[in-house]
Amino acid sequence: MTRLRIDWTACDGRGLCAELVPELIERDEWGFPLISDAAVPPGVLVHARRAVAACPRLALSLQAENA
Amino acid sequence: MTAMTQTMTGNYTGNYTGNEAAGGLIGPQPAAVLDLRGHLAQHGQLPSLGPHDVVRLARDAGLTGHGGAGFPLWRKLEAVINSGGRAVVVANGAEGEPASAKDRWLLTHRPHLVLDGLQLVARAVRAGDAYLYASERHRGLDHLIAERRAAGIDAVRVERAAAPDRFISGEESAAINSIAGGLAIPSSKPPRVVERGLRGRPTLVSNVETLALLALVARRGPAWFRSAGTADFPGSMLFTVGGAVRHPGVVEAPHGTPLTEVLELAGGPTSRLQAVLLGGYHGSWLTAEEAASAAMSRSDLAAYGASPGAGVVVALAEGVCGLAELSRVMTYLAQESAGQCGPCLNGLPRIAEQVRSLAFDGTDAAVFTELQRLSGLVVGRGACHHPDGSVRFLRTGLRVFADEVAMHLDRRCTRTSDDRVLPVRMVR
Repeated sequence: MTRLRIDWTACDGRGLCAELVPELIERDEWGFPLISDAAVPPGVLVHARRAVAACPRLALSLQAENA
Repeated sequence: MTAMTQTMTGNYTGNYTGNEAAGGLIGPQPAAVLDLRGHLAQHGQLPSLGPHDVVRLARDAGLTGHGGAGFPLWRKLEAVINSGGRAVVVANGAEGEPASAKDRWLLTHRPHLVLDGLQLVARAVRAGDAYLYASERHRGLDHLIAERRAAGIDAVRVERAAAPDRFISGEESAAINSIAGGLAIPSSKPPRVVERGLRGRPTLVSNVETLALLALVARRGPAWFRSAGTADFPGSMLFTVGGAVRHPGVVEAPHGTPLTEVLELAGGPTSRLQAVLLGGYHGSWLTAEEAASAAMSRSDLAAYGASPGAGVVVALAEGVCGLAELSRVMTYLAQESAGQCGPCLNGLPRIAEQVRSLAFDGTDAAVFTELQRLSGLVVGRGACHHPDGSVRFLRTGLRVFADEVAMHLDRRCTRTSDDRVLPVRMVR
């Protein structure tokens, strides 16, 4: 089971993640990511990985959790 | 005005009430014990204990953290030990909470017990470095630290580190960042500081009251400690009682003591109460009716969605506008955001603005929908619990002051007094 996690001290609200994974990430009124609590579905994982790699602040990560 | 306002000016004198049976931090004679000889005459030398002895003592006594979270000390010690590597210990006396004065009381009146406890945890985790992290007003403790060192009773050298007088200075990762020379603002977790803290080393950050209690447990034994309090939370704790009580100040009482008795230790209410705040500005409000039956234990208060926290108790008399109090504190809490996490930095000022309009301007019920929405945008979206705690303070306040809210929506207010009860420390 894998979830998206944000380092809030690093995130600047640039919004690339929301563009790359709109299935799981929206932006609040200040531009900061609102992430779905749900596990990242297998079909979305590749997009999620791309978003993690694209974050200019290195604020997004994928976290594996034991179910 | 009350002693609580004095906490803002740095002239806190307060009232101290305690007895030996209640836990022994304050004791029957609440005078300051500052010189080493007086301390040793009163408490005796620390017994010579090995690392495992200290962990076992903490576990057998059931000693939990007194900084607010109530986590068992022995488990924190084990987490540091299990992280491996050369450990660091920190006595945390930052106490950024303006309504709390118990850590200041301990550092002013019982500094040797705190320093004893710091040596004990240093021994337990085999630390090479120990720090006393507290407001610069405690710089006089340098003299005591040197005296202990010269007397050969402190095996580990203690360094004092200045804590800024800001609300979140005492958050453990903020403490570590400050000691390391950075800003006293929280880090993102993980890693936890017990794994990677000061300069990447496993670090134990422990509240000064927890350490002072450990120093008593080391001398008097776990059975003595367990003779007071509850099974889950043995022993006593310090409370800072403020607001509408005759003698605001620091008192000591066993875990599980009825809230009404804690208020009585501070001289009792000066007038009819409408509400009581427990656990400070990240804590919860109780109605006067709830306060009349609540006991100060974690399990009992959980039924009200509250917790003793670090022992802040503020009594609010009838005739004071609860919404004005909420508004002033929410404005303060917004100011105290470290400004690192977007939702907290942006959200808390917006929330404070809505509460201000509810308290002071003509407003309508739409403000609730907006507060609900904004609260949802800050909770759980930060590196520390500042947004979550601030929202808990507000939500429980709005519940307890529901009648006042109804009046404000009708352009009325119950206020008969202009007293500002909850202290804040505005910087701009």
